[in-house]
Amino acid sequence: MRADNSSAQAAFAHASDYLERRPLVANRRPLSWITEHVCRIVEKPAPMWWWILTIFFGAVASLTPAMLTYLVSTGVGVWGLNVPVCWAWDITNFVFWIGIGHAGTLISAILFLTRQNWRTSINRSAEAMTIFAVICAGIFPAFHVGRVWMAWFLAPVPNANAIWQNFRSPLLWDVFAVSTYFTVSLIFWYLGLIPDLASLRDRAKTRFRQMAYGLLAMGWRGSNRHWTHYEKAYLILAGISTPLVLSVHSVVSFDFATSIVPGWHTTIFPPYFVAGAIFGGFAMVLTLLIPFREIYGLHDLVTDKHIDNMCKIILLTGSLVGYAYAMEFFIAWYSGNPFEIYAFTNRAFGPYWWAYWAMITCNVAAPQLFWFKYCRQNPWVVLAIVMFPNTGMWFERFVIIVTSIHRDFLPSSWGYFSPTWVDITLFIGTIGLFVFLFLLFVRFLPMINMFEVKNITPEADPHNPDSHSEQNSAISHPSTTKVHA
Amino acid sequence: MNRSEKSLHGLGAEFPTASSLLHAAKKVQALGFRRWDVYSPFPVHGMDHAMGFKRSRVSLFSLIGGFIGLGTAFALIYYTSALNYPLITQGKPYFSLEASLPIFFELTILLTAFGTVLGLLLLTLLPRFHHPVFNWDRFQRVTDDGFFIVLEAADPQFSNETTRKFLQEIGGTHISEIFQDPETAPHPARPTSEVFS
Repeated sequence: MRADNSSAQAAFAHASDYLERRPLVANRRPLSWITEHVCRIVEKPAPMWWWILTIFFGAVASLTPAMLTYLVSTGVGVWGLNVPVCWAWDITNFVFWIGIGHAGTLISAILFLTRQNWRTSINRSAEAMTIFAVICAGIFPAFHVGRVWMAWFLAPVPNANAIWQNFRSPLLWDVFAVSTYFTVSLIFWYLGLIPDLASLRDRAKTRFRQMAYGLLAMGWRGSNRHWTHYEKAYLILAGISTPLVLSVHSVVSFDFATSIVPGWHTTIFPPYFVAGAIFGGFAMVLTLLIPFREIYGLHDLVTDKHIDNMCKIILLTGSLVGYAYAMEFFIAWYSGNPFEIYAFTNRAFGPYWWAYWAMITCNVAAPQLFWFKYCRQNPWVVLAIVMFPNTGMWFERFVIIVTSIHRDFLPSSWGYFSPTWVDITLFIGTIGLFVFLFLLFVRFLPMINMFEVKNITPEADPHNPDSHSEQNSAISHPSTTKVHA
Repeated sequence: MNRSEKSLHGLGAEFPTASSLLHAAKKVQALGFRRWDVYSPFPVHGMDHAMGFKRSRVSLFSLIGGFIGLGTAFALIYYTSALNYPLITQGKPYFSLEASLPIFFELTILLTAFGTVLGLLLLTLLPRFHHPVFNWDRFQRVTDDGFFIVLEAADPQFSNETTRKFLQEIGGTHISEIFQDPETAPHPARPTSEVFS
């Protein structure tokens, strides 16, 4: 800043009281502080609460194989689905879990491409969440096929019947989309983990830990000859994950949209499903992150600003979803198609009215609270509010699936679906599995992406001449501000 | 030439900040060193340029992977649906671009990802669990907050004396000899002050 420009400088300094960007790592923590505070979660002996929760959720998770065993050994009749509602809780749960995963890829890929640096402290746990959610999701369609021992027929391998898969079917597209999504998410997650696994390796106190993390870190040594390729590979994976994440829920929505069932046959489905997936996914990210942030004292890494940003995304996507609900009704009326009009009237005012209005309350009304700063700034209020999208997104899928098919074209075959105890227990089992896997992840892997967080500190900026001074870099060094923007 | 000099990998120096590391790297590059490397806990912005790197070729592997994926998808769908066992379903054509697009897309993405990872592993020669730099005790901090430059003995410009002085001049501290194998090296590697004083 020029010396002769002192009045402007003073004005600028004054404005900076309001305009200064909140730093992404609060309290100007040094690099070693970041390593220490993230690694010690993994290195210190597991606290008692972790054992209690892990054993509890492990027990809940064991309901999943128990119910699946019961299902396979007894027959699909133990589920409540039957003509006309042949897709019920299983597909609802599948779409619900797949949707949860989307926030992870959005944070890791789309926010990376758009240079949203605040993603760095939340992307690791969000990507882990993606992988665990897709694992939970995959269980349902695999068993929904009925004869699970024939699920391999979905794979294009020659079989005794000599016929091939129907590549014109959206259900087969879904197989490819979901398995690609899982594989690419896993690769992306693991690639991001490598430098941090090397941190754990170098800090290891025991031979076993050194070997285990060392093997996983693949001998990473932070060489710049590696970083240059690493960054390129990461960028490419982010680049391909972006259309991938948008395509996955679009393909999932094709399962419905390409059918001729009123209530499913709508062109709005792909964007509407993707917005809903991001909405529900961010709600789940916050649900998981807020408690762990409190427990492990990660307030300087996952700051109030991070929570604030995620709340704003929930507000945006929640409103998009609300718009989609309204637009579906409008198009149903505007189409003049009596079946279409009936499907939607029935959705809101038919026998499943309670599910529809639960969905509206949770997904459209509740997130509007995030217009208020108070609601975005108080983590416990946020945690309470995001429980609504978590619930509401499950209801959304239930409403779309069940209300559209429980009354089809032939009134004599109308029915009402009720879940059985097996449906309910299996779903609870997958929730247990999801939380159980996440607890294991927090315990054994660094839950915050250390090297990327280090990369966004003022210290890491090589063009910041006094990277060690206590001076506020936001005003004296515009280049720093730009890097952080 | 004694045994320890024969197995010398190079001289390592530590730098306090990313900024000092970048400035030092520019000077090493200006000197014309070829066998050297910079080690940091995170990719330092501008370092690739300072070290004179060209664009990473990982993208080439990704592109090849993507084409293989697209080709695989086309071959798979066309062969199974239109050639090997054509079967009329719902009156749709045996092969059509519209119905094939989702799988074209997914397999392209999948094989691009595989190609990217393969390219990364080939270009970085990872996994490699042993490397001379690991024999340097200070080097453990590279994954925490340590910034290092290692000038390798294999470089024609390398000379234990002048290179050490050069590293001091560009701001390096804790300048140490790094040995090829831990057996010949006194473990942990001694700082040069002990060796040369």
